[in-house]
Amino acid sequence: MGVESVPRYWRERRYRYRLIGSECKKCGRRYYPPRKVCLNCGSRELTEVKLAETGRVLSYTTIRVPPRGFHEYVPYVIALIELDDGTKLLSQLTDVNPEEIKTGIRVVATFRKVREQSEDGIIQYGIKFKPI
Amino acid sequence: MKTSVGVGIVGYGAYIPIYRIKDTEIARVWGRTRVPIEEKAVAGPDEDTVTMSVEATKYALRRAMIDPKEIGAVYIGTESPSYAVKPSATIIAEAVGISDEILAVDMEFACRAGTTAMQNIIGLIASGMIRYGLAIGADVAQGRPGDELEFTAASGAAAFILGKAEESLAIFEGSSSYATDTPDFWRREGEYYPRHSYRFTGAPAYFKHIIDASKALMSELELRPSDFNYVVFHQPNFKFPLRVCKMLGFNIEQAKPGLIVNSIGNTYAGSSLIGLAATLDVARPGERILVVSFGSGAGSDAFSIVTTDLIEERKARAPLVSELMSKRKYIDYAFYAKFRRKIRMR
Amino acid sequence: MRRVFVVGTGLTRIGEHWDKSLRDLITEAILMAIDDASISTKDIEAIYVGNMSSGYLQGQEHLGSLVATWLGVPGVAACKVEAACGSGGAAFHQAYLAVASGLYDCVVASGVEKMTDAITSDVTSALIMADDQEYVAYMGATFVGLNALVYRYYMEKYNVRQEKIAAFSVHCHKYAKLNPYAQFRREVTLEEVLNSPMVADPIHLLEAAPIGDGAAAVILCSENFINRLKLKREVEVIASTLATDSISLYDREDLTTLKATRVAVEKAYKIAKVSPRDVDVLEVHDAFSILGVIHLEDLGFARKGEGWKLIEDGEVEVDGKIPTNLFGGLKARGHPIGATGIYQVVEITRQLQGRAGKCQVSDPELGLAQSVGGVGGTVVINLLKRVR
Repeated sequence: MGVESVPRYWRERRYRYRLIGSECKKCGRRYYPPRKVCLNCGSRELTEVKLAETGRVLSYTTIRVPPRGFHEYVPYVIALIELDDGTKLLSQLTDVNPEEIKTGIRVVATFRKVREQSEDGIIQYGIKFKPI
Repeated sequence: MKTSVGVGIVGYGAYIPIYRIKDTEIARVWGRTRVPIEEKAVAGPDEDTVTMSVEATKYALRRAMIDPKEIGAVYIGTESPSYAVKPSATIIAEAVGISDEILAVDMEFACRAGTTAMQNIIGLIASGMIRYGLAIGADVAQGRPGDELEFTAASGAAAFILGKAEESLAIFEGSSSYATDTPDFWRREGEYYPRHSYRFTGAPAYFKHIIDASKALMSELELRPSDFNYVVFHQPNFKFPLRVCKMLGFNIEQAKPGLIVNSIGNTYAGSSLIGLAATLDVARPGERILVVSFGSGAGSDAFSIVTTDLIEERKARAPLVSELMSKRKYIDYAFYAKFRRKIRMR
Repeated sequence: MRRVFVVGTGLTRIGEHWDKSLRDLITEAILMAIDDASISTKDIEAIYVGNMSSGYLQGQEHLGSLVATWLGVPGVAACKVEAACGSGGAAFHQAYLAVASGLYDCVVASGVEKMTDAITSDVTSALIMADDQEYVAYMGATFVGLNALVYRYYMEKYNVRQEKIAAFSVHCHKYAKLNPYAQFRREVTLEEVLNSPMVADPIHLLEAAPIGDGAAAVILCSENFINRLKLKREVEVIASTLATDSISLYDREDLTTLKATRVAVEKAYKIAKVSPRDVDVLEVHDAFSILGVIHLEDLGFARKGEGWKLIEDGEVEVDGKIPTNLFGGLKARGHPIGATGIYQVVEITRQLQGRAGKCQVSDPELGLAQSVGGVGGTVVINLLKRVR
C-alpha cells in the first residue's frame, strides 16, 4: 500500500472507474491496466480503449486474512477474470456468497466502493464484478 | 409551473441493492410484535449513495441512448452523500464518462431532494442553458437501531436524464413545488442518526405538503384525479401513500404500479423516483402520471407527466424495477448491522 | 568469468526473535559465516544484503551501509538487493557476479528479514508489495490469495485432489524436525494440514510458509583468494541465473507454470552442462504447498500436472530420486522473506560438504537452489557442485 496518497489515487480514477485499458494498434492485444509498451509485440503504439464489461471467472478465492485497510470487508472474494474481449484482470466479486461461485461463471462489471483511506480519509472506488 | 419549451424524460434507470432484511427479523431483535412493511433493501458493505447512483445512471443512459458527454448538468438529491463535504455529483460524472464542462452539485431536502433536482434540471433545459441534464435521487437511509424508522429506512437510487420533449419517452405537462418550515425530521451536524417527531410527521407534514402540492398542480393544469392513469407518492410506509391517495380522490389501482415500499422499504430521496420508474416500466404511450414527493423539513414537488410513443422501445433497454426487486439475498440483523456500519469498530 | 567458490556459511535459527533486531540477526549470521570460512571481517570486499520489507516494516533503508557499519567494515562495497521473496537468491546472484567478474575476490551474500516486529495485517500488506499496487493490491488481493488462485486453477486443470498437494507440507515438517535452525520442529499429519484454518480458499494455514525472523550468509570467493589464504576448496557455484516474468498473474500465459523458473533453469542447466537427472539435492521455494509441486514440474523433475507424484512415491525423500527441502523448506524451516534464498544455499552447501547431519543425502555432487520472488515474477537458480 505504501503511504496513503490522494494524488496517487486521483491519477488512476478514469481507468479504475470506467474499465479503460489499452489496445495495441499493431497486434490488437488488449490490456488492463493501460500500458505504454505492448507485452506481446513490443510496440509503443497503444491507444486507450473501453473494455468489455462482461466476462467469466478463471479462478477465485476468499480472502479471510486482510491487508491493512480491508478489515471491515472481510471475508471478500477476489478473482481472475477474462473479459469477453480477451482482456484478463484481477478484481473482486461482490453480491455473491463464496459457495455460489464456480470457475467459469459469467460476471458483469459494477461500480463499487473499494475501501477508505482511513476513517477520515478519501473513499476509493473501483470496478468489481457480480454474477450475471 | 409550466415551461415555455417542452421538457421530458429521455432516459430513466433505477438501482436497488441485492440484500434484503425482513422487518420481522428487525422486530425479533428489538421486541416488536407489529411491523410496518415486509422487508427493505440494504446496501452492501461496498455500496453507498455514489455507487448506487452510478448504476442507476448507467441504466438511464442505456435507455436514453445519448453520449454521456452531451449531459450538461448533474444534480444529485440525497441526505446521505458519501462525504459530508465533497460533491458526489462529480464522482458520478467521472464514473459514467460525463465531461468536465458541467454544472454539478449535491442537493439536500430529505426525501424530496431527487424531485427537487428534477425541477432544477427542467429549468436548465427549458431555458436553453443545457441540452440534457441528469437528476438523481438516492439514499442509503439510516435508522436509529430499534426506532420505528429502522423498520423502513432503506437503500436505493433512481436516475432521470431529461431533455427536449421531442426526444422524450415522457413529457412534463407541468409541476408545482411547495415548501414550509416544518421540522418533522432532522439530523444535526455530527449526529449519526436522524431524529423525528413521530405523529407530527403525519398531518402537518406528509399529508399537508403532498395534498397542497397536488391540488396546486391539478388546479393549474385543470386536471382531476380521474384524468390520471397512475399516481406515485413518496412512500415512507405502506399506509401513508394509500391514505393520501383516498384523501385526494385517487383509487388504489392508480397507485399500485408505483407502490413498492412493502418490498424495498423507504429509499428516501429515491422513493418517489423509483416509484415513478416502476410506473414508467408498465405505462403505455399516451398515459398520464402524477408524481408527488415529500421531504421532511418540509416540502413537496408534484409533476404531471404524459408518456409518448417512445416509451415502449426505451423501457426494454435496461432492467425493470420489478426485475431489480426480484433479485434478493436475505441477511440477518448481524450482517445488516455489519453492512450498515452500526457496529463500533473503534 | 572466473570460478566462484563457497567457503563459509552462517545462519540464525528462524523464529520469533523478540529480543533480536534486524541488525542483530544479520550481524550474527555474517559473523558465523566468516568464522565458518576461517577468514576475518577485514577480508570482505563487498556485502550484498537481500531483504524485501525493511523500509515498510522497520522504516529502515540503506541496509548496505548499515550492515557494513555494524560489521565494523565501513568502506566495503555494500548494498541492499530486493526482488520480493526472491531477494536472497537475487543477493546471491549479485554476489556471484561480483566475484565472477573479477572485480572482487571475497564477498558476502546475505539475507535478513525481521517480520515479527509488525502485526499480521502489516505483514500481509508488506507481502502483496510483490505484485502491482495500483490494480492488484488496490482491490484487496493478498499474497496468499494470489497463490490460492493458482492452487484452484491447478487442481481443476489437472484434476488433482488437494490431499496430493497438501502432502508437500507433511514432507517438509518431517525433515524440519531434524533441523536445529528450523522454525517448526514437529511433524504434522495430512489430516492436521487439511483441518487447519482456511487462510484463502483452498489454502489452509498449514500449507502456507510461516512468518518468522532470520538471517543467513555465505562467503563467496575466487580461486585466487582460496589459494592465498589456503582455504578448503569444497563447493563451487557452477551457474547462477535470474529471470523475470510479468509481475501479475493476469498477464501470464499459463497459471500453472512459472515461466521464469523454466527460463532460468534451462539457462543454468545449459551453462553447467547438466540436466535434471544430474541434480542430487534440491531446495525449492515452497511458499505454499502448491508452489512446491509446481516447482518440481517446472524444474524438470516431473511432467506438468504430475509433480505431486514425486511426493506420493517418496522420490523427494532423503533416499529418493530427487531429495527435496531436506531442512524443512519454506513451510517448516521457515521463510524470513529476504533471507530464504540464502538459507537455501547454506543448506545445499552443507549437503555437499557432508555436514547435513540426520538428513544427509548420500554422496551428493550437484545441488540446486531455487529462489522465487512474488508468484514467479522473479526466479533465481543457483547450481552448486562439490569440488574434489
